[in-house]
Amino acid sequence: MKTKTPAIPYVVWMAIFVVIPLFLIVVYAFTNFDGHFTLENFSNIDVFLQVFGNSLWLAFIATVICLLIAYPFAYLLAQEGPIFRKVAMLFIMLPMWMNFLLRTYAWMSILENNGFLNQFLGLFGIAPLHLINTDGAVVLGMVYNFLPFMILPIFSVIEKLDNRYIEAAQDLGANRRDTFRRVIFPLSLPGVLSGVMMVFIPSISTFAISKLLGGGLSFLLGDLIEMQFLGSAYNPHLGSAISLMMLALVVIAMLIMNRFGDGEEGAVIM
Amino acid sequence: MSKELIRLQDLCMAFDDELVLDHLNLYIKDSEFLTLLGPSGCGKTTTLRIIGGFATPTSGVVTFDGVRINDVPPHKRQINTVFQKYALFPHLDVFENIAFGLRIAKVSEKEIKERVMDMLSVVSLKGFEHRRVDQLSGGQQQRVAIARALVNQPKVLLLDEPLGALDLRLRKDMQNELKRIQQQTGITFIYVTHDQEEALTMSDTVVVMDKGRIQQIGTPEDIYNEPKNAFVADFIGESNILDGVMHQDYVVEFFNRKFKCLDKGFAPMEPVDVVIRPEDIEIVPADKGRLAGTVTSVTFKGVHYDTIVDFKGYKWLIQTTDYHEVGEVIGIILNPDDIHIMKKSEYSGLFGDYSSYSAEYDEINDPDFAEEDEEDADDEN
Repeated sequence: MKTKTPAIPYVVWMAIFVVIPLFLIVVYAFTNFDGHFTLENFSNIDVFLQVFGNSLWLAFIATVICLLIAYPFAYLLAQEGPIFRKVAMLFIMLPMWMNFLLRTYAWMSILENNGFLNQFLGLFGIAPLHLINTDGAVVLGMVYNFLPFMILPIFSVIEKLDNRYIEAAQDLGANRRDTFRRVIFPLSLPGVLSGVMMVFIPSISTFAISKLLGGGLSFLLGDLIEMQFLGSAYNPHLGSAISLMMLALVVIAMLIMNRFGDGEEGAVIM
Repeated sequence: MSKELIRLQDLCMAFDDELVLDHLNLYIKDSEFLTLLGPSGCGKTTTLRIIGGFATPTSGVVTFDGVRINDVPPHKRQINTVFQKYALFPHLDVFENIAFGLRIAKVSEKEIKERVMDMLSVVSLKGFEHRRVDQLSGGQQQRVAIARALVNQPKVLLLDEPLGALDLRLRKDMQNELKRIQQQTGITFIYVTHDQEEALTMSDTVVVMDKGRIQQIGTPEDIYNEPKNAFVADFIGESNILDGVMHQDYVVEFFNRKFKCLDKGFAPMEPVDVVIRPEDIEIVPADKGRLAGTVTSVTFKGVHYDTIVDFKGYKWLIQTTDYHEVGEVIGIILNPDDIHIMKKSEYSGLFGDYSSYSAEYDEINDPDFAEEDEEDADDEN
């Protein structure tokens, strides 16, 4: 048994910033304005089923697109020389040095009806496209903002993949495709799982992206919750109940993903 | 048995400007157990990687069954490898690791099951098929690696220091096991090791390498009894190596005395290296010996004592089952067949002097010690 003393600051930190807020949310979710216990908040949630469905769907699409872009990218990058890798990593991280909202505002002005993109298309005589305030714009915002979180874990797993496994596969008769399918991809799954979680979770809870790029039309869980706490529909009890439901969704999604991982302990899930 | 299977012709390998293999020529016969033996960085692992297809020689020709295979990728060679530290696939269980090559070859499910199960019994791992590989001990992982390679029925099996990570007892068992499997299957084994005892125990043919060159090729007995130069004499077992002069056929002089020997074919008065194995020297009372010396150190080794004896400032190692005290003056007798004569070489004078002897000398053969060096050499690949 190791001594627990050094862990105390972290325990205190976790208590203050994780356990207590979570406890407050639970308390709020099961009470009404008078402070009495109630399940009313949950029984009203079915009104928002469509918002839940929409959020799940868009987060799913964004995650899939991120994976489709990030995996080949990370795989090819891992084959490059060390200097190229470093520079490429720098460029992947670079946008993250800027404020998240600023980046999203930038996309707004690109996608607007008379924004950069449409002006550019206009030069070729293409009629303005309606891009902003669509689900597509929201997904684009998610992919753009969260793509690095998919690339990084996949890249670091592939980069560390022991070359001996690849040589062993070749030795046993595997060509490049077999080697990838039977060795490289399965061994990189922990990175894929981490990446999926790190994209899916912020995507399902985002409110800024949907607000700025989706206008009022793409109304997601994050917006719904925000509205209950800060917006017109002030009702922290309902907001807490929705938050809990979202938490449950994320946990379920994680459990499902972990089944695919088949007990791979290497995966960073949260 | 005598059919030639692999031929390495004038093989050179350079990493950057460093010549790792220097005009290597080697023929490997079908069904033989051949060992590449040498210290770290001697080029033995590189030679193995070239045969396996993981490295392309800078110049020279590799042929397999008479066909040039320099540019044939590893997956198209009828050769399988047991890697150093095994490289078992961590995401597959024991069964799937062994079945890997068969699945690639699209063997039917029924046959896969049969062949994998057969293999598991060959390597005594029945009942382990659904274990995860990281739950196995080193010896078990080793046997999975052998089974994974052998199940494909290759023409040639390459083994890269496969027993390096095992403890002594297990290593001895696996040596016998490997020899048995080799004889049973008739597959050509090419084995890389820095452990001379392992090489002598298992091999039909031993290839001693140093500095990217072959120093000697021969049966274990040849290599031990008739080393070609001071490097081989010192690397294979313990040797006292002295400067001598060959007076005529069968007569050699050292320590200003003439001795009869069994060697001939040297020029008159040619300077030579004289090898005397420590276990061949017979100790007698001082007044009855051809040479007399003083015991300076004794170390108990179990079966025998390592006794260091000072002959006029030149120290010999003598292995004897009789105990002689430090300070005792003893005599020795040398029979003609105890003396082996070698031509002078670049290694003359570098080996075979026990003046700086300490009980730690044999730790140089310690597998862990040498293995670290080996990894450094691998990194250059």
